[in-house]
Amino acid sequence: MSALEPTTPAAEKRAGWAWRPYALTLPALVLLAAVIGYPLLTIVLRSLSEPQWGVQNYAWFFGAPVNLAVLQRTFSISAWVTLVCVVCAYPYAYLMTAVGPRVRLVLVLCVLIPFWVSGVVRTLSWVILLQDSGVINSLLRSAGFTGIRLIRTQTGVVIGMAQVLLPFMILPLYSVMKGIDLRLVQAARSLGARPSRAFFTVYLPLSLPGVYAGAIIVFILALGFYITPALLGGPRSTMLSTLVQTQVLSLLQWGRGGAMGVVLLVTTFLLLALAAPVMRSRHREAGRR
Amino acid sequence: MNPRSDNRGAAIDLETVSKAYGAFKALDGVSLRIEPGEFMTLLGPSGSGKTTTLNVIAGFTDVTNGKLLVGGNSVVGVPAHKRNIGVVFQHYALFPHMTVGRNVAYPLTLRGFDQAKRKARVAEALDMVKMGDFAHRYPSELSGGQQQRVALARAIVFDPPLLLMDEPLGALDKKLREWLQLEIKRIHRELGTTFVYVTHDQEEALVLSDRIAVFNRGRIEQVGTGRQLYDEPATLFVGRFIGDSTVLRGEARHDGTSTALSIAGETVTAPRRIAGEANPVMLLRPEKLAICRPGSDAAGANRLSGTIAEAIYLGSGSKYDVKLADGSVAIVRSPLTGESFGLGEKVELCFDGTDAKLLADDSTADATLT
Repeated sequence: MSALEPTTPAAEKRAGWAWRPYALTLPALVLLAAVIGYPLLTIVLRSLSEPQWGVQNYAWFFGAPVNLAVLQRTFSISAWVTLVCVVCAYPYAYLMTAVGPRVRLVLVLCVLIPFWVSGVVRTLSWVILLQDSGVINSLLRSAGFTGIRLIRTQTGVVIGMAQVLLPFMILPLYSVMKGIDLRLVQAARSLGARPSRAFFTVYLPLSLPGVYAGAIIVFILALGFYITPALLGGPRSTMLSTLVQTQVLSLLQWGRGGAMGVVLLVTTFLLLALAAPVMRSRHREAGRR
Repeated sequence: MNPRSDNRGAAIDLETVSKAYGAFKALDGVSLRIEPGEFMTLLGPSGSGKTTTLNVIAGFTDVTNGKLLVGGNSVVGVPAHKRNIGVVFQHYALFPHMTVGRNVAYPLTLRGFDQAKRKARVAEALDMVKMGDFAHRYPSELSGGQQQRVALARAIVFDPPLLLMDEPLGALDKKLREWLQLEIKRIHRELGTTFVYVTHDQEEALVLSDRIAVFNRGRIEQVGTGRQLYDEPATLFVGRFIGDSTVLRGEARHDGTSTALSIAGETVTAPRRIAGEANPVMLLRPEKLAICRPGSDAAGANRLSGTIAEAIYLGSGSKYDVKLADGSVAIVRSPLTGESFGLGEKVELCFDGTDAKLLADDSTADATLT
């Protein structure tokens, strides 16, 4: 509103009304404050105050090479999981847009049913599949190959985590892909693009918002994974959450655990801030039917 | 693009082309020759096969049967990206993630043009559609008419010998459509490319085309200039689809050189034609009909009594709907200088038998047109 414009009672009333929609978010805000805001604040405070006030917990974290190695490994495992998810989800989500409604329902169920099964159960079944005398290795041996170590390796952790997180990649990808106008690909063909070229110059760029959305969700969820790496991993594939658990529950070092959590949070935000300019696009809403 | 236009347009030959989807025949033995540089419009109601024909030429749809030659060479089985044909879609189909400039440069990039050449050609094509100042905009920042002009530039920038347009103005409002029609006509003249244009709008077809092919139920009913289709329709469907018309139905009696139609007790006659013997109807254009006061001895050998059901003042003249004794409605256009008639007035419909076209009745025409 410009300064010259007289403020009429009616305008004031409207301004008052303008707040109404925000009031609708109040229950969610209260809940978030209670279950995220307050605990987060406690963690930050404890990391700075236990056993006494100061930055000793952070000094300890950055002073111990093993902590930094685990932090770096947490990010690299999460990156691998994200990559595996993108590679597996992209063709799957595309297929979901290409088939008829009935096959699509089957494909959606294939994604969602494992999703409804508890993560612990799924991880335990991966133990059965991956262990040295497990299904995969028995099959390999009976086919005449030598067995491979999967359980208690980073590969095993990545496989298990990717399977658990795959729906978070497929669903956003599908929702973006189903909005892509396939007639644009036809237009590209008419302009002289062979199918692969039309895909890389038209379809892929238009599907990237879905890739980014899914990748961010998967990556962030992977960073905080606890059960799957704990059950499928070994000492050489420990992730930060396991370390936090050890500090807090075994050693009762709440301050150190808190410091680790804060470091993970801050690093994640930094990475996202770095990635944001790449993911931003002027035409995100364009190209929809 | 005059310096490069020595290739001019390509001829197209469709020879008994059929396309079936299961039992449904989208195209049923369509044969059509389109001359190099011609502006040919495929006109018809929805589902008549005109768009299927376009898709067949573009290579988006395979033919079930028949031959298709572009520039004398068979293109059956040649994929769309190897046909070198420009296509403009009703939905524009601009790439939303590219600027206008990159959209238009796209076919040039695919063809390996270097950057300097690309830039020159893009500028030239955008100038031709009067969008030269918009190269850095994104499609979402343009209006529908502007987007369609960019799409047109993109389809002509690589100098295809053939340009296909699928109802390109269908999504635009009337004023813009009329202006763009003239633009398309101008571009056709300047390029000399063969244009194949699909529309269901007969007025648009008349404005644009050298010749029009009228489609109905997967077949071509008639091919000809707009004047030929209006003055000498080969079928009742064509007569009714192009322009306004009045169809008189009645019991027919042939008598040497003339055919008489008896309609609710009154008889009208027209010179006999070879075609449409079995079950003829008379087709009359609104300007060939006149309204007379009962009993007056005005010109026109044929008279049918009726009442004025609707009178519309059009500025340049008047249009009347006259309800006839058998319940059918005749459309009459009369010049301003003529008498005017009021609603409900008892009148007579007068016309010259030589202005009536005797055509075979086709009940399916009603089904497709209404």
